[in-house]
Amino acid sequence: MSQVPYSRVKLARDNSRPTGLDYIRNIFKGFIEFHGDRRYGDDPAVVGGIARLGGSFVTVIAIEKGHTAKERTYRNFGAPHPEGYRKALRLMKQAEKFGRPIICFVDTSGAYCGIGAEERGQGQAIAENLMEMSTLCVPIISILIGEGGSGGALALAVADRVWMLQNAVYSVISPEGCASILWKDAGKAEVAAASLRLTAEDAKSLGVIERILSENEIGKKEFYDRIRALLIEELSGLSGDLDLVGKRYDRFRQLGAWAVANKESL
Amino acid sequence: MALINFLKPKNQLEEGGRSAAPVQQDEGEPEKKCPNCHRDIPLSRLWANNLVCACGYHFRMKARQRIKMIADKESFHELFGDMKSDNPLNFPGYKDKLETVRAASGEEEAVVCGTARIGKQECCLFVMESYFMMGSMGTAVGEKITSLFEYAVAHRLPVVGFTVSGGARMQEGLLSLMQMAKTSAAVKRHSDAGLLYIAVLTNPTTGGVTASFAMEGDIILAEPGATVGFAGARVIEQTTRKTLPKEFQKSEFVLAHGFVDSIVSRNNQRRLLADLLKMHNGGGYFESGTL
Repeated sequence: MSQVPYSRVKLARDNSRPTGLDYIRNIFKGFIEFHGDRRYGDDPAVVGGIARLGGSFVTVIAIEKGHTAKERTYRNFGAPHPEGYRKALRLMKQAEKFGRPIICFVDTSGAYCGIGAEERGQGQAIAENLMEMSTLCVPIISILIGEGGSGGALALAVADRVWMLQNAVYSVISPEGCASILWKDAGKAEVAAASLRLTAEDAKSLGVIERILSENEIGKKEFYDRIRALLIEELSGLSGDLDLVGKRYDRFRQLGAWAVANKESL
Repeated sequence: MALINFLKPKNQLEEGGRSAAPVQQDEGEPEKKCPNCHRDIPLSRLWANNLVCACGYHFRMKARQRIKMIADKESFHELFGDMKSDNPLNFPGYKDKLETVRAASGEEEAVVCGTARIGKQECCLFVMESYFMMGSMGTAVGEKITSLFEYAVAHRLPVVGFTVSGGARMQEGLLSLMQMAKTSAAVKRHSDAGLLYIAVLTNPTTGGVTASFAMEGDIILAEPGATVGFAGARVIEQTTRKTLPKEFQKSEFVLAHGFVDSIVSRNNQRRLLADLLKMHNGGGYFESGTL
C-alpha cells in the first residue's frame, strides 16, 4: 500500500502552508473585504470581497484557517458555519450582478459540526450553494489549496475550473473518519487515505479537477506570480464563452461511473 | 457519514429487509415491540397502519412498500432500474459488501425511481432505500436521481422524492462527493423550468443528501420523529463536548428552526401529496396564458 496519500493528508493540514488570505494578498491588488451574510452574522472562517486581477476586477472568496493559535481559534480552524456559506453565496450573486468573475480558495477539514451550525441549517446552506453556483453566469475558478473536506469544500467548488495544489487533498470524508466507521479503527487511516483516492493526481485522473499546481517556491513571490498568470490566462478564455452554464452542467454531469445490469438477470 | 454508527438498527425490524418479519412465536399472532411506547403490536395491525404504531412511532419502511402506499394502484413505472454501482475505485471490501446487500435487500441500488400517479396526478417519484447501505449516495444513486430530474424536465412533470440516507457513500470516494453537485444542478434546471419538487424527509436524512437534494425542494415535508441533519449527533458531541438539546435533529426540531414546511405522518402523506400536486398542476389562480 502506498504511503503517499496519507503523507499528503498531513502535508495538506500543515500549519505552515499559506492560507486563503495569503493567496488573496499576494495574487490580487487592492482587496476590499465585505462581511456578513445579511441573515444572521459574519463568519470569520470565510473571507470575501473584491480585488483587482490584472486589468479587471474579480470577486474573491477564501476559507481562512489562520496561522497563529489565536488566529486559528478566531477562524474556527477554517470550519465554516452556515453563515459563512451564505456570505459566500451573497458575494457570488453580487459578482454575477456586476459581471465579475469569481475566484475561490478552498481549505477546510469540513463544514463545522456544531449545535448552532445544525440549528441554522448547515445542510441547507451547502445545498443552496451547490444549486445556485450551478447556474451563475460568470466564470468561476476554485483552487483547493490545502484540505478539501467533503461538502464543506464542494460548497465553494462548483466551478468551471477546479485546480488543486500538488499536496492538497480532496475527499468525501477524512481518512480517520472513514477508517473508524468502516473498520472501527482510526489507526487504519493510511489504508483509508490510499483507498479514498484523495490526492491531486487521483482527482485529476477521475476528472474532478483540471489542473495540478506545482508547489515549487510555495509562499514566495514566484509562486503567487505563477498562479496569477494562470488565473488571468484562464479567465480570458472563459470570459468569452456564451455557454458557460451549460458547460458547467456537463462538467459535473459526466462525473461518476456505474454499471448497467444485464436486464435478463434482473 | 459518521452517522452510520449512530444509526445502528435499534430493533429487529430496523435491521434489514429479510429480518423485518419477527421471530415466529409458538402461539398467537407475531408481535413487534414499539421502541417508543414499548407495547407489543400484532404485526398485521402494524402493516395495516403503514408501519405506524398507535403511539405515532414510524417504523422503517422499504422503498417498494412506500411506493405501494403512495402511488395509485399499478401506476408506478420504474425508470433507470438497471443502473448500479460498480466499485469504480476498487475500494477494499466494497464489491463483497454490494453483493451481500443486493442479495439481502433485493435491490440493485439505494434508490428506486420512476413515474407514478398520486391521486390521479402524474409525477416522477424517487424513493431511497434504507435497507441498501443506509441509502448512501454513490455514483449510481446520483446518476439515477439526476436522470429522473432530467426526465421530469423533458416531460414537464413534478418530482416527489422520499429521502433516507446516511450521506455520501465513502466507498466511491470523490465520485460520491461529486454527485452532490450533479444532483443539485439537475434540481436547479428542473426548478428553473418552473416545475414543482416536493421532498419528503424520512428517518434518517443526513450528510451529503441533506446538503444537496433533500434540502432543495420547493416544499419540504418530514415524517414525525425523523432524524434530519448534516453532521452526526455523536460527532457533534465529541467535537463540541456539549450536551445536545432535547430532540436535537429530530424533524420537530428542524421544523422549529425553519428548515421544513410541515411534518406529516405517514397515513396522511398520500392525500397531502395529491392535493399539493393538484394545486400546482394548472390550478393556479391565474391560469397560464391569462397573464
